[in-house]
Amino acid sequence: MDKQSIIETKDLVKTYGKFVAVDRLNLRVDEGEIFGFLGPNGAGKTTTILMMLGLTEPTSGTARIYGFDPTREAVKVKRITGYLPEKVGFYEDLTVRENLDYTAALNGLSRKIASKKINELIDVVGLSEMAERKIATLSHGMKQRLGIADVMIKDPKVAFFDEPTAGIDPEGIEQILTLIKNMAKHKVTIVLSSHQLHQVQKICTKVGILAKGHLVAQGSIEQLGRESIGGGKIRIEVQVSQTTPKLIESIRKVKGVTGVESRDDLLLVSCDEDLRRQIAKVVANSDSLLIQMKVEEYGLDDIYMNYFREA
Amino acid sequence: MSGLMAVFWKELADHFSSKRFIILSLLVYLAGIATIYVAAQNIRTGITEDTQLIFLRLFIVSGKTLPFSFPFFLSLFIPIVGIALGFDAINSERTSGNLSRILSQPLYRDSVINGKFLAGLVTLAILVVSIVVLVAGMGLRMIGVPPTAEEVLRLFAFIFVSIIYGSFWMSLAVLFSVFFSRMATSALASIALWIFLFLFMSMLAGVISGALVPIDENSSLELIVKNDEIYRTISRISPNTLYGETVQVLLMPELGNPSETLMLISIYTAGMIPSPLSLGQSLLIIWPQLTILIALTALCFAGSYIKFMREEIRST
Repeated sequence: MDKQSIIETKDLVKTYGKFVAVDRLNLRVDEGEIFGFLGPNGAGKTTTILMMLGLTEPTSGTARIYGFDPTREAVKVKRITGYLPEKVGFYEDLTVRENLDYTAALNGLSRKIASKKINELIDVVGLSEMAERKIATLSHGMKQRLGIADVMIKDPKVAFFDEPTAGIDPEGIEQILTLIKNMAKHKVTIVLSSHQLHQVQKICTKVGILAKGHLVAQGSIEQLGRESIGGGKIRIEVQVSQTTPKLIESIRKVKGVTGVESRDDLLLVSCDEDLRRQIAKVVANSDSLLIQMKVEEYGLDDIYMNYFREA
Repeated sequence: MSGLMAVFWKELADHFSSKRFIILSLLVYLAGIATIYVAAQNIRTGITEDTQLIFLRLFIVSGKTLPFSFPFFLSLFIPIVGIALGFDAINSERTSGNLSRILSQPLYRDSVINGKFLAGLVTLAILVVSIVVLVAGMGLRMIGVPPTAEEVLRLFAFIFVSIIYGSFWMSLAVLFSVFFSRMATSALASIALWIFLFLFMSMLAGVISGALVPIDENSSLELIVKNDEIYRTISRISPNTLYGETVQVLLMPELGNPSETLMLISIYTAGMIPSPLSLGQSLLIIWPQLTILIALTALCFAGSYIKFMREEIRST
């Protein structure tokens, strides 16, 4: 499928007085991706999102959403983007349905279409029983799900979720992530900011790591893992019955292998490509027995910590 | 455009269902009914065969039991209603976390502020029109003298000016709601300014004019007039004075132009021949006051506009 870049920023800078919140950020998100925007608190994630939505002006640089400039063509951008802010609020005296009605009206939806859509969405986010209840009676998790319905009303092409799972119980988190994943299935490009790595890892197709306003890494999780920890190489974990210097030596001779480390009964083989077959052959020809072998997977935790040690 | 109307209808519904507004309008209706009742009781005093504009006297006569006239009550309540309609316009949306959500919808930022202002204006207008019509209707029943065409026109002008006066206070409160992030601060700032302009401005004007041109019982007429001019100029800084003068010209045209005769009337009233200003003359006299009130409203509105349009909208 021909992928189009939906979000693109070029040397985006935002300063508050002398404080640089976002520093020359170059970001690219393609159609249909779930982009995880990671970084510790105060790294500039929210500021970047606000600039993409035209809710604050960049000091310099540009952001483009579907080719529109969020500062100059704010309304065009907002017509196709949905945004769930970190501390989202609804009108407490109004019911769930009335709040959604208002959003639909702001989007210029006719009453008939709006009411049909709202019924569907309330059902999708699991708030059917709460539809006529006032917002004041809703739990935090319910409000967050209502926020997702609120974003979905306008059928956005891009949706920004700022810390959607902060302060929510595990079951609630699961529901929210499922909803977001389902949105992506309907070709909505999603940007998800978070500092909760495990959730991001679960649903994101690509991540960007932000530290002190700098984008320190961008790419898929596997790619980043290889770059940050394996030094751009693949690491294969080989478990054998016994490690002998002879075996290590013969593995090292395999073409493409750049290094072997032994750790108890484990051999960590660094190589340029996936050489599992060749290694298996070498082990089979030696005195040792091959117990198991796998390509090491990098968790976001490792990647994240690695980048912050550097930063 | 649809965004503006959506905000407008939502805000209008909010105003009319808010406890704050219901309590205030009940208070205004109560005060209106009370003053008109007292006025109808006392309307016979001071009327001679030459008295014109009898119906309007309903609005200006007060009695011993309630020594305040209807316009005085309005000048007291309208600012409060205006402030109540505007003081939390923007900052409540911000604190509740609604603002970033609303502004990420496809509408121009000014639609939010315009819609809110328009809704406030309509609410204010409905309140003022209904209270004046109610009071006029009651008065008509009680004294049985129908208003002349001129009196009706004067009442319309009075309604118009009152709405403008209220919208000034509302736009001031909206301005504060943009600048102060806490609702209590913007409410107190508006109320404080109102108290200052309402109570202390005339005192301040008296002190300053007394210091610049001291007068006593033996002062020449020239000095008295000069002192009075300074006093009036300073007290006109307060929109309350502007409103008061406008109402006086509209409802008590027999007193003449407040800029020329206010002070001297008290000296010479006894011998004056009643010759009320014509409607056209009255409108001509209040023109500057009205213009200033509208300009002040526009100024406050522009201030909130400029601040709000370029602001960062963060949900904290």
